[in-house]
Amino acid sequence: MQKFVRKEGLVAPLDRSNVDTDLIIPKQFLKSIKRSGFGPNLFDELRYLDEGYPGQDCSQRPKNPDFVLNQPRYEGASVLLARSNFGCGSSREHAPWALEDFGFKVIIAPSFADIFFNNAFKNGLLLITLDEETVDRLFKEVEANEGYRLDVDLDGQNVITPSGEQIPFEVDSFRKYCLQNGLDDIGITLEQADAIRTFEAQHKTEQPWLFRDA
Amino acid sequence: MAAQTLYDKLWQAHLVSTRDDGTSLLYIDRQLLHEVTSPQAFEGLRLAGRTPWRLDANLATADHNVPTTSLERSEGVDGIKDNVSRIQVMTLDDNCQSFGIELYSINDLRQGIVHVVGPEQGATLPGMTVVCGDSHTSTHGAFAALSHGIGTSEVEHVMATQCLLQRKMKNMQVRVEGELGRGVTAKDIVLAVIGKIGTAGGTGYAIEFAGSAIRDLSMEGRMTICNMSIEAGARVGLVAADETTFDYIRNRPFAPRAEQWDAAVAYWRNLVSDEGAHFDKIVELDAAEIEPQVTWGTSPEMVAGVHDSVPDPAQESDATKRRGIERALEYMGLEANQAITDIKLDCVFIGSCTNSRIEDLREAAKVAQGRRVASSVKLAMVVPGSGLVKKQAEKEGLDRIFKEAGFEWREPGCSMCLAMNADKLGAGEHCASTSNRNFEGRQGYGGRTHLVSPAMAAAAAIAGHFVDVRDFDQAPRAAVSA
Repeated sequence: MQKFVRKEGLVAPLDRSNVDTDLIIPKQFLKSIKRSGFGPNLFDELRYLDEGYPGQDCSQRPKNPDFVLNQPRYEGASVLLARSNFGCGSSREHAPWALEDFGFKVIIAPSFADIFFNNAFKNGLLLITLDEETVDRLFKEVEANEGYRLDVDLDGQNVITPSGEQIPFEVDSFRKYCLQNGLDDIGITLEQADAIRTFEAQHKTEQPWLFRDA
Repeated sequence: MAAQTLYDKLWQAHLVSTRDDGTSLLYIDRQLLHEVTSPQAFEGLRLAGRTPWRLDANLATADHNVPTTSLERSEGVDGIKDNVSRIQVMTLDDNCQSFGIELYSINDLRQGIVHVVGPEQGATLPGMTVVCGDSHTSTHGAFAALSHGIGTSEVEHVMATQCLLQRKMKNMQVRVEGELGRGVTAKDIVLAVIGKIGTAGGTGYAIEFAGSAIRDLSMEGRMTICNMSIEAGARVGLVAADETTFDYIRNRPFAPRAEQWDAAVAYWRNLVSDEGAHFDKIVELDAAEIEPQVTWGTSPEMVAGVHDSVPDPAQESDATKRRGIERALEYMGLEANQAITDIKLDCVFIGSCTNSRIEDLREAAKVAQGRRVASSVKLAMVVPGSGLVKKQAEKEGLDRIFKEAGFEWREPGCSMCLAMNADKLGAGEHCASTSNRNFEGRQGYGGRTHLVSPAMAAAAAIAGHFVDVRDFDQAPRAAVSA
């Protein structure tokens, strides 16, 4: 996982609420046994005018010109501005893999679905929850100003707009620490292996039926 | 000690440690695995040179990709025609074999949808923590087990450490009191709940379903309800343990035996919310007021009673919501104010981790018995949740009822719930489905899903459009052929 310190980038607005993970990456692409290569199929059904299948060369497919990520002004976007309940539905981690592979580093929305939220942080994506009013204002600014960029400072927990306005955001300190250091949390958890073993022994005494070898 | 909710108790009983910011290590008793979300986790373990912490906590089965026609199933894994699907199922087999994890492979009688198989084997027990790389893991909460749907990185984390990193959620109680009307089922309860609180209404909460209507449900019904708590945004759904729970578990392969059984039941009796326990939010529904439900849109919250009409976006004052309704109507090919009963069906799917258990099949068969699927319906299929459900249904003659009515009787798997195998809708086709998600493209590119109960799906298959199953079962029917 790459370290996340400060990211500055072009913003793309996706103006619909309840964007589900089926929409982010449709099921046929979940047959892959790899973690990479999902970017070309991000939002496949919105992005292309035909039905996609795994292993296809997407560069030759007909694109939907109305879809925001196909518009030249948003090419190269790394900050996705979204509406409420982004990432709802299926637990597929292929959704953050596809977003990350496409080039997104930050997603800003009024709310996120729980499982998606966890999955995204484990893949180096920073999810920022801002109130509905602020997100609404950002949508208006992005749409009104071509080339609109945001500067996201994880250390200082601020989103900085082109006018210099600082919008503070919350992030759990453990998630922040893992992002800043590009850390794999399995290694961190295994530092507590002794505590886990102690717990496990006690648990086995209390509920032996949970252990098949007991 | 202060009064605790069931969620509080389960959380406390599995808490290994908590950091200052509330991030906690929760010990996991059971991990269920399937072919779609596990390969990258196994690969991660291998690359890091790690081994599973506790093999006996894991149980695997192939479900999402498996074909459901007996012809394609007859040759086992090698017979899966889709190369990418076959490789994924083979990878699960190989991973389980090399790591030493118990697996019910494609043609094992015990194979099936992971959320049907776990409870059926008694591998889901009250008081457990259960995880699976699938959002419908909330199903297992029906057993008063703390269950989380997780992503692939978390699957790997649990395999390596036997723990999940998690922050404690808030408590919500959904109380459904009273008696359900005739023909109204657990599926209608949960769709009505989602319609009421919205698809994000449960985000950040563990929802405990309580009240007399929930206590009166079978385990199958409770599983249907907990299964769809994620469609209300809640990763965790729960029902308190009681005699119904214990009766279901007794004598199942993984259930405690002999003197351990009594000790276990004594422990399980405490798996209820204490009198006076604090819930951050309480939602109440009157069971008697719940009608058979049908979804009309592209989110499970877009739901109505069977006698209602499709909404008119012009009546919605919130701009984002109005655009959502407009987009949904366009995708679904429906008109504002159209009666739900005017929606014609091309396809009917009875199956999925929500509604493919024996009781679901019995309810559907009751409606289908002695009747015929409408000629306008191109495909009506019944996909049992597991090999054991299929066997039981065949023993009861349900397969014959379905086949005589014109339904296809298939092999177990996730099938058309998410269309990862060959079972999918064509663009523009309307499907009455007992599954859990009506998202765009979910059941096939351009497919239009309407979520309903098994009885409502069977009635829709016979009528060719949605009908109120309560009117339906008074209609005359042809004599059952011998």
